[in-house]
Amino acid sequence: MIELEQAGVTAYAPAQPEERGSGGHEQVVTLLHPTTCTLAERRIAVIGANGSGKSTLARLINGLALPSSGRVLVDGADTATDGAAVRRRVGFVFTDPDAQLVMPTPVEDVALSLRRLGLDRAARTARARQVLARFGLAERAELPVSALSGGQKQLLALAGVLATEPAVLVCDEPTTLLDLRWRRVVDDLLDGLPQQVLLVTHDLEAAARADRVLVVDQAQVVHDGDPEQAVALYRDLMASGATTG
Amino acid sequence: MRRRRAQGPRRPPWTGPLGLFHAGSSWLHRVGPGPKVAGLGVLGIAVVALTGVVTTLALALVTVATAVSARLPLRSTTRAVLPVLLTAATVGAYQVWQRGPAVGLEVGLDLVTLVLAATVVTATTRADELLDALVRGLGPLRRVGLRPEVLAMAIGLMLRAVPGLLQTATEVREAARARGLERDPRATLAPAAVRAVARARSTGEALAARGVGD
Ligand SMILES: Nc1ncnc2c1ncn2[C@@H]1O[C@H](COP(=O)(O)OP(=O)(O)O)[C@@H](O)[C@H]1O
Ligand SMILES: [Mg+2]
Repeated sequence: MIELEQAGVTAYAPAQPEERGSGGHEQVVTLLHPTTCTLAERRIAVIGANGSGKSTLARLINGLALPSSGRVLVDGADTATDGAAVRRRVGFVFTDPDAQLVMPTPVEDVALSLRRLGLDRAARTARARQVLARFGLAERAELPVSALSGGQKQLLALAGVLATEPAVLVCDEPTTLLDLRWRRVVDDLLDGLPQQVLLVTHDLEAAARADRVLVVDQAQVVHDGDPEQAVALYRDLMASGATTG
Repeated sequence: MRRRRAQGPRRPPWTGPLGLFHAGSSWLHRVGPGPKVAGLGVLGIAVVALTGVVTTLALALVTVATAVSARLPLRSTTRAVLPVLLTAATVGAYQVWQRGPAVGLEVGLDLVTLVLAATVVTATTRADELLDALVRGLGPLRRVGLRPEVLAMAIGLMLRAVPGLLQTATEVREAARARGLERDPRATLAPAAVRAVARARSTGEALAARGVGD
């Protein structure tokens, strides 16, 4: 269970050029206004314009971003004081798998995730192969990661994160860089997971399948609940152009 | 319009030292990663500490002989060290001009020796085993409060960053060329630097998300 208690995020941004002359200093910008919610549904989607604060919300959940005010708890563990425990529970998948894959071959990359389980190398490698097989990547286990397609890389990134069996999976626009075919593959895979999944997405069909949808606009959660209403609100926001862009 | 050579099929991307593992059965493949990393360390110290053309040549020859005995495929090994050969030639030529042929030869050859030796180690050792060896080798540092796992990962990532940087440089150059700005450092160096930093940050973040530093 994910709990946000008045969790807000601010950052320092450089002063605008016109303000510098008038002695302007760094200014505080709000990336997410204080937000309170308890997320227990199995499938949660987050939608919103570019720059609205979706990633900030997602990153709060595994402690990649820490709240400047309030707190975030995952199964009772505070992301600010118990980060390691939170990251054991929460896996995170990024938009660009190239940023996430660090070892030369798929089997080694999945094995890297397994290091923290304290297995020896033989056990890690064996387990990594099993995981890769489950994701249809068995034949590519020993190829250079650079030889995989974008879709295969995203599958591999997912395999690396799911190898340690986190209870929650946060995905920040995992299909944005993929073609339609791979989008289907990744969507189906996410749909079939036993884990709780929080999906940040621009894909309104995927959002509509969720149990609960949050709409983020200008650093605020402006809707929280029914998927159909959420999608309708999002379309309105996009049409009115009244967003941070 | 300048003429350019016709572009053939794209070469596979240069994967850099960490990505160069070649399965094989040479004696170097069978030696454990620990002795190989230690040997690399000793060679590194020797190359830096010993000067003079004769020792420089001797160390280079020993390294080349080791590379040959590892029976690495000639083509991909050459491709992996080619950027370094070019760099070494440039640096060496500069030193020849600045400080004479002896120093130039020494500096250029030292660079090639080190990179070739590192390449031989990474090409005959799986990255996973290499990390294990580094973690073990750096173990004593735990006593001064450093974490071997994190240090080993940092060294591994440094090796891995090189191909990423080259790829970034290529992309940025192409983007600049598309705008007719390939001679303008603002359109080449600046975006390359920005992207390199952004890439390092996102990789670090992804590792943190995977709990690698925990
Ligand atoms: N460290 C930071 N400092 C200042 N501004 C930031 C920082 N990180 C993100 N932002 C800004 O905060 C806003 C929200 O970012 P983000 O959560 O990434 O949006 P989204 O994922 O919805 O596109 C964006 O306008 C972004 O430019
Ligand atoms: Mg985002």
